[in-house]
Amino acid sequence: MRKLLLTTLFAGSAVGLSGCGEEKSAGVEPKVMTDALFAVMKADRTNYTKLIVKRLGPKGADVITPVEHWQDVDTGAPLPAQMFRAGSEAVAEMTDSFTYSLQSLWPINKQNAPKTEIEKAGLEYIAANPGENYYGEEKLGDTTYFTAVYPDVAVSDACTSCHNEHKDTPKTDFKVGEVMGGVVVRVPI
Amino acid sequence: MKKFLWIAWALVTIGIGVYYLNIVFFEETKEELLIGHSTYGHYQIELACTSCHTEPFGGKDILQDACLNCHEEELKLALDSHPKKKFNDPRNADLLEIIDARYCISCHTEHQHEQTLAMGLTVPSDYCFHCHVDIGEERESHQDLAFDSCADAGCHNFHDNRALYEAFLVKNANQPWLNEIAKISSANNAKQYARPSHPIFDISHPEIASAHPDISSDWQASAHATAGVSCVGCHNNKEDSTWIDRPGLSECQSCHRDEVEGFTSGKHGMRLAGTINGTTVLPAITPNDSHLTFQQSALSIEHGCNTCHAAHNYDRKFAATDSCLNCHADEHSLAFTDSPHGSLWQKELAGEIPAGTGVSCATCHLPSIEQDKNGTKIVRVEHNQNMNLRPNEKMVRPVCMQCHGLAFSIDALADENLIKNNFNGTPSVHVPSIDWALKRENR
Repeated sequence: MRKLLLTTLFAGSAVGLSGCGEEKSAGVEPKVMTDALFAVMKADRTNYTKLIVKRLGPKGADVITPVEHWQDVDTGAPLPAQMFRAGSEAVAEMTDSFTYSLQSLWPINKQNAPKTEIEKAGLEYIAANPGENYYGEEKLGDTTYFTAVYPDVAVSDACTSCHNEHKDTPKTDFKVGEVMGGVVVRVPI
Repeated sequence: MKKFLWIAWALVTIGIGVYYLNIVFFEETKEELLIGHSTYGHYQIELACTSCHTEPFGGKDILQDACLNCHEEELKLALDSHPKKKFNDPRNADLLEIIDARYCISCHTEHQHEQTLAMGLTVPSDYCFHCHVDIGEERESHQDLAFDSCADAGCHNFHDNRALYEAFLVKNANQPWLNEIAKISSANNAKQYARPSHPIFDISHPEIASAHPDISSDWQASAHATAGVSCVGCHNNKEDSTWIDRPGLSECQSCHRDEVEGFTSGKHGMRLAGTINGTTVLPAITPNDSHLTFQQSALSIEHGCNTCHAAHNYDRKFAATDSCLNCHADEHSLAFTDSPHGSLWQKELAGEIPAGTGVSCATCHLPSIEQDKNGTKIVRVEHNQNMNLRPNEKMVRPVCMQCHGLAFSIDALADENLIKNNFNGTPSVHVPSIDWALKRENR
């Protein structure tokens, strides 16, 4: 009887402990998650822009042609914004635990202008407060999202010259170091 | 009396149940279960229910997989302008409530034949409005355009815009109506699949030549003879070495893999795809099954390889036009012979112009495609006629622009009367897309 009681108590405490552990591992704050994701995105985006587009493109070795319809050009390479979107689309094929996109108050492609209230507020906030991020919650369709908006800063003159000279740009005086748009990361909660 | 009625009701109910269960589980064709005829794109296989309904349950995801099973590769080649991945972001949730563009069936619903528009469209043709309502603000030239004209006027397609996107229009503006005439190469791709050592069978042996004099002489003039593919190359069953009287798709496929794949993907051969892959076996398509206009004498001709490529001589020139006109009798087809393209074809047949510079039906609708494979030029004939048919702007780059300028090509394809008379004249329609693109470029 005593042995049975001890076994039951031991098993009960083990279940309790494992329960605690599960709660802890499932409890990553959305903000921590989106901040970490953005760090990876920013690093990759900066590296592609500087190490590939700037170094090998027309302003560098001129051996690749970063162009919108890159599939149609033998030496074509995706523009940095397209590379970023390609990553986002590939991620969406692998997981639905988060989504991300690149948007701007001054988009070349108007489909990348802010649509939701949080996007508008977030993009305006990060433009007015350089170096800061914007966080909020919003309901889209049937799902509520934790939405984070991070500044997308011009890291090279490859960014500014292309945007300033593009026939569809609504802004022609971007400077290196300025906020050109925002990365919007969403986590369903 | 009441008891009798109950028994009669039960028997009738059971009878109906048994009748339909028998169809569901045992009958080869299930016509009684059709909830409505399918589009012109799928009517050939509408009785092969499992082609699309691969699982009894599973809803639109199952159907989506079925759509992609046949169309995914084509959409990739077309650099699809509206792929599913474009709509996955939750910021589009409100738009997806109107048209869920992640699924093909949202715009292409099957079994609604009476409500189906061109291109198998089953939503109102001004669908662009839902996402691009502000286009007039972005593009001055678009301010007064109707939303049902976006995809109708030779300017845009929903999926395939390879010849229509703005940078391409600018790059290819100001071309003459006629460039240098292309010289089309003959297909050479079968050799990459053919067995290196075909059993050579001496068909010129007097005994065989006298037994089959016509076959012998036809064969000797064919590409098969040149390649050393003799009788047993096609008539020998590889499994048990028995004689096959009438070699079919499976035998042709052993060397002509690309062509059979294209053929069974297109309207001529999709009925036979199940025969090849071991699923539903349907009879070959005949002109009688189609809504198009055909020669009365051809209505019951079954479509297989040998329908166009007559056995033994395999005359590719005959297959390129005469075979088509043997069945097709719509205005465009009937006007071919007297058209400028038809005239060039006659000159090629007469040896008046170099081989490969005439224009046959196949030149445009089953074109030869050149590919570089490890440094070797491989030429194959695209036997899926859907790749070069509709929407006809998808023919601009692979076909029309081989000889013609972009502006002429776009205008010609937008002129319905010119299409009917097989391009006998100049376009009376002008699509302003290149003008508008240049205006934006030069402002």
